[in-house]
Amino acid sequence: MSEKPTANKTFDARGLQCPMPILKAKKEITTLEVGQILEVLSDDEGSKEDFPRWARRTGNEFLGIFEEEDFARYFIKRLG
Amino acid sequence: MVDVKKMAIVVHSGTLDKAYPPLMLAAAAGASDMKIDLFFTFWGLLLLRKKGLKRAKLPGIMRLGTGMMRWRIRKVGIASMQELLEAAKDSGNLTIYACTATMDLMMVKKEHLIPEVDGFMGAAGFLDIAVDADIQLFV
Repeated sequence: MSEKPTANKTFDARGLQCPMPILKAKKEITTLEVGQILEVLSDDEGSKEDFPRWARRTGNEFLGIFEEEDFARYFIKRLG
Repeated sequence: MVDVKKMAIVVHSGTLDKAYPPLMLAAAAGASDMKIDLFFTFWGLLLLRKKGLKRAKLPGIMRLGTGMMRWRIRKVGIASMQELLEAAKDSGNLTIYACTATMDLMMVKKEHLIPEVDGFMGAAGFLDIAVDADIQLFV
């Protein structure tokens, strides 16, 4: 994947199980301005499918997944 | 969003194993900007009684293992059914209906129900909702 985006806010969802990472991310992203970027840290394996689909479904832009050792960083740009 | 997607679920069962999935889906759908209508009928109505979600047990002889299952649910970090219901409600996208005909059958009265219940209807009312939904499920 390309260069890691710079997030305006980071939300740590590690330890949360489906569907809580999405629920909390929804709350977090609504605190951002349109055009700003939310970074979510999640160790839920299902997040790899969930976050890209959820971001597109809610009218936002999914910018990418960046893997760390035992979790991943998800970047979503608020559009809606 | 121009085209709002909708999900309609019949919640027919009152046991822990069947009560969890509709609430998980409702919570996720609420956070995905989808509208959700849950129609609680038959044993599902028992979940809408005060403390109903807390009292739900596994089915049949497995009910003896309910405590262990609830402990495992907490241990792996899955939200409680009450938390899922509240999250779905907080999204503003969840409407809860109780089935009037089976309320009599199950001996559930309006005053027994949690305040999250939005309305009461019968089969025709739910069908009118479900026919326009993008997702229809029966649990």
